[in-house]
Amino acid sequence: MADLLTAEFWTKYGPLLLDGTIDTLVMIGISTVFAYLLGLPLGVALILTQPHGIRPNNIIYKVLGWIINVGRSLPFIILMVAIMDFTKLIVGTKIGVKGAIVPLVVSAAPFIARMVETSLAEVDAGVVEAAQSMGASTFQIVWKVYLPEAKPSLVLGGAISIVTILAYTAIAGAIGAGGLGDLAIRYGYQRRYPPMLLVTVIFLIVLVQLIQSVFSRVSNRIDKRLK
Amino acid sequence: MSESIIQVQHLNKTFGTGDTAVHALEDINLDIKQGEIFGIIGLSGAGKSTLVRCMNLLERPTSGTVIVDGKEMTALSEKELRLARRDVTMIFQSFNLLMQRTCLKNVCFPMEISGVPAAQARKRAAELLELVGLADKADAYPSQLSGGQKQRVAIARALATDPKVLLCDEATSALDPTTTASILELLKDLNAKLGVTVVVITHQMSVIEEICSRVAILDGGVVAEQGSVEDIFSHPTTDAARRLVYPGGASVEQYPAGTHAVRVAFNGGTAYQPLIASLAIDCGVKVNILGADTRNIDGKAFGTMLLGLPDDPNEAAKALSYIRAQPNVSAEEVEYHG
Repeated sequence: MADLLTAEFWTKYGPLLLDGTIDTLVMIGISTVFAYLLGLPLGVALILTQPHGIRPNNIIYKVLGWIINVGRSLPFIILMVAIMDFTKLIVGTKIGVKGAIVPLVVSAAPFIARMVETSLAEVDAGVVEAAQSMGASTFQIVWKVYLPEAKPSLVLGGAISIVTILAYTAIAGAIGAGGLGDLAIRYGYQRRYPPMLLVTVIFLIVLVQLIQSVFSRVSNRIDKRLK
Repeated sequence: MSESIIQVQHLNKTFGTGDTAVHALEDINLDIKQGEIFGIIGLSGAGKSTLVRCMNLLERPTSGTVIVDGKEMTALSEKELRLARRDVTMIFQSFNLLMQRTCLKNVCFPMEISGVPAAQARKRAAELLELVGLADKADAYPSQLSGGQKQRVAIARALATDPKVLLCDEATSALDPTTTASILELLKDLNAKLGVTVVVITHQMSVIEEICSRVAILDGGVVAEQGSVEDIFSHPTTDAARRLVYPGGASVEQYPAGTHAVRVAFNGGTAYQPLIASLAIDCGVKVNILGADTRNIDGKAFGTMLLGLPDDPNEAAKALSYIRAQPNVSAEEVEYHG
């Protein structure tokens, strides 16, 4: 482990670690954006169509719930292998950062849908009713009541989602997705080189701490209920 | 009397179907006049909240019609209904303000929804906050306000679309007595100034007494009685009305038939106990307290007391005129139909 303190280690592995970190951040960033593009509307749809929602529709509610549960039932590593052909169809490759993004999105979107649903469920039904009593349309209620009122909770949920995606990217490393997980497996596991494993673990811990503290702070700052 | 603003005709509301169906409202008929303050009172579960939600169709009646300002609400399309709701706004027991918006933005909210340009909405919102006495709280968030202030913001918000009717669903039930009095005062004021019709839903007789001109008593989903507040207070003819009118939840049956009684309302005079004592000392008349529901707010007495008068008509008359001569006290003779 004393390797870590030598300049030799860092000149040899520094660029690799930098690339790995960038790959991980790219995978997280792109996957999060696309997963929210899918998950957010799904979560909103669940809230609107639930039995006591403002657009109750049992069929849509049940079908969406079922699809989301199926998506969440599959462990990420299995889902990744299972949808490889679909991945190739979408991005043209099954491997690398690009190849990882598709399964990351497919896996995270249902998770995010549930996170969003939970956040929106916290919005006081009375406030929604008040908006209805003023003649707000469904779209206005979503856009001007549900989302802004749930914003602090959505941001906190965002941290949980991103950390979950970060964990998935590490798993994706197992099938050559690149990123820190890939380094940990190739050097730490396959080449039995513990210092590399240790460094990637430290990097991952630092990343998670950073993400969580930034999002917690933002959530706190924008929440006007507390002050 | 002036024109009708809300007409409820043969309204029924049933929740659920078959054996588990709950008849929340049965054959409700109301005729609320333009510019009046109309009270709907009942105990919990009487159907008050459901009834008021049928007026702006937050709840769709199972059958019957609701006509607001000449428009048959029950026949409107969804889009027409959304427009119509701007004329029938609502305030709530739990205020229901948007917690992530400032007071000013809360008041802007209904105007945003109806497409009023932002600058114009802000100007109007500032005026409305001024009207409810909270001009200095424009940039505060609801969490920084007291309950009474929150309700004032909610009232300003409800007035933003220049409604014809303001529905108040237990609007003072979460407030302390002093704040309740100030909110009721504000509602009365707005009613006089703006001519907005106010419909007050409450379980508190004192609220009705304070601001309403007419009242409907809702009991078990039916209108037990309706009429002017004075009439119903002095001559309640149904059990439901008597339960509400006689203070302290006193049961009517416990008094012998023909008891000569007087219902005394304290409207903010200094302390109430001396009245009974001084009645005995000054007039030499002894009365029975049959029931009382009085509160001391900032050293002033509010509430009602039911006094049993002596059988001797002279003594009774003497007591009555003595009570009536007191400041801030009103008295009505009450009939029993025991």
